[in-house]
Amino acid sequence: MEKIIELKKVNKWFGKFQVLKDINLSVSTKEKIVICGPSGSGKSTLIRCINRLEEHQQGEIIVDGIKLDGNTKNIDKIRSEVGMVFQQFNLFPHLSIIDNCTLAPMWVKKKSKKECETLAKEYLEKVQILDQGNKFPGQLSGGQQQRAAIARALCMEPKIMLFDEPTSALDPEMIKEVLDVMVDLAKGGMTMCVVTHEMGFAKEVADRVIFMDEGNIVEEKNTKEFFENPENDRTKLFLSQIL
Amino acid sequence: MMKNLNLLWFKEKFFSTPLNAFLTISIIYLGFITIPPLANWIFFDATFIGSKKSDCVSGGACWVFVNVWFERFIYGLYPAEEIWRINLAFGILAASILVYNFANQKIRKYILIFLFGVFPFISLFLFHGGALGLPVVDTREWGGLFLTLVISVFAIIFCFPLGIILAMGRRSTLPVFKYFSIGFIEFWRGVPLITVLFMAGVMFPLFLPAGSNLDKLIRVIIAITLFEAAYMAEVVRGGLQAITRGQYDAAKSLGMGYWKSHFFIILPQALKIVIPGITNTFIALFKDTPLVFVVGLLEILGMINLAKTNPNWLGLATEGYVFAAFVYWAFCFWMSRYSLKLENRLKTSN
Repeated sequence: MEKIIELKKVNKWFGKFQVLKDINLSVSTKEKIVICGPSGSGKSTLIRCINRLEEHQQGEIIVDGIKLDGNTKNIDKIRSEVGMVFQQFNLFPHLSIIDNCTLAPMWVKKKSKKECETLAKEYLEKVQILDQGNKFPGQLSGGQQQRAAIARALCMEPKIMLFDEPTSALDPEMIKEVLDVMVDLAKGGMTMCVVTHEMGFAKEVADRVIFMDEGNIVEEKNTKEFFENPENDRTKLFLSQIL
Repeated sequence: MMKNLNLLWFKEKFFSTPLNAFLTISIIYLGFITIPPLANWIFFDATFIGSKKSDCVSGGACWVFVNVWFERFIYGLYPAEEIWRINLAFGILAASILVYNFANQKIRKYILIFLFGVFPFISLFLFHGGALGLPVVDTREWGGLFLTLVISVFAIIFCFPLGIILAMGRRSTLPVFKYFSIGFIEFWRGVPLITVLFMAGVMFPLFLPAGSNLDKLIRVIIAITLFEAAYMAEVVRGGLQAITRGQYDAAKSLGMGYWKSHFFIILPQALKIVIPGITNTFIALFKDTPLVFVVGLLEILGMINLAKTNPNWLGLATEGYVFAAFVYWAFCFWMSRYSLKLENRLKTSN
């Protein structure tokens, strides 16, 4: 399988505090990985490094053959190929849902307005909120907003989707509607890196699960192995608490 | 039944405690002793029609003064036979705004392009003349409300984008922009407008090489623009600070660079938040324009000051100032109402 994301010996510090310690990780095309771990373990920082919302200080990150360094052109190119979904949705509150979706394709990918609208409608349909297209984010429920955020990212037709705790800010009854969309997306063959505590989701779609603690990747196994035969004590403790 | 209810409501609102009753009665009494004499002076005892000061014998306000000088208050010393040019320009402006209010999105876009891209040049040409058979009217002859509007409209149009750039500069990570912006803002906020105008009007030409000359009005507009831009920058910065990091993250994650994310995502939200502050700055700018008298430009208040010292019209300063107050208030109130309307229209959450 072709490697689409590669991290080699990545280190990152916030001030004096080291958040990522010698991280090695590679993700193949169409692979789905789930990253879990206690809060503060560096999992969000890790995936935020993949589209350079965070800058790493040591090591190498290569995404889709492009090395992430200070070159801003590369960064913009990577970002237009890597979609991201955030814990707090981060929809643009001053724009309608449909405008949220069409803005970037129009101004970053320079597509025509009509083309973008067709695209946006297609993806809004896919996440089942087409009827909400003309509303503003503030008028939608949390689950609907997160689905709109997924549609917005998909409108850029990314090769990779990053999810940073996409269901953590949602009411329990809305988690499922978002996870359903993500499962659909996974089955459609998208390359996905998901930071989540939803172990049910991990079991259903992940090819591999990565467990992080204190900036290290403590355990990295295919999904079945991970849940049935965790080796590390920290992983066992975490799983016993969360399952 | 209904009447009873109203009485109860009245009692509850205005006479619920002895203190409230006392306050209510005091305010009614204050109104009683101030409003009737004021109304008498302004309306009932006032003289409206006439042509000279001696026509005012009724004891109230002598609006004849404002009447006779009206044209000067509005147009300054602009030659009477050329005043149609000012009227035409403001007519075009009024017509564009009127059409804008009734037009659809597509036509609105063209009107905005016209108003900001074409109209300033048309109007300046009409005001100044010098071609197409229009005789030149030197800016020294511009004055009155017309000059107030020219100065404030142009200063507002220029200080707004400059303020935004400065606010972004101050938050920039590039040290050159950052420290230039900070220096600029702190300098202009730290000096009084009246000295800035004095420097622009009187001192600045002394530094220019002999023979070169920049029109005094242009110097004044530049001075006011730079001065107000510093205030505008701080207002806008307040708005920028209110935008959460998540918005920047989302814009970045979609591949938008600095300018695109600011233009489409950050600024629209930040500016919406600070509409009250922006309005405040515009209103302050509008009311600062009388200070241009220090360089010899006479906008509406300057014209009134000139008229009140005319030997035939001595002693009528109060009427002039009441008129000026009314004009300033009308414009400021309109700006305030307009900004409220804008705020409501831009509201997107419930």
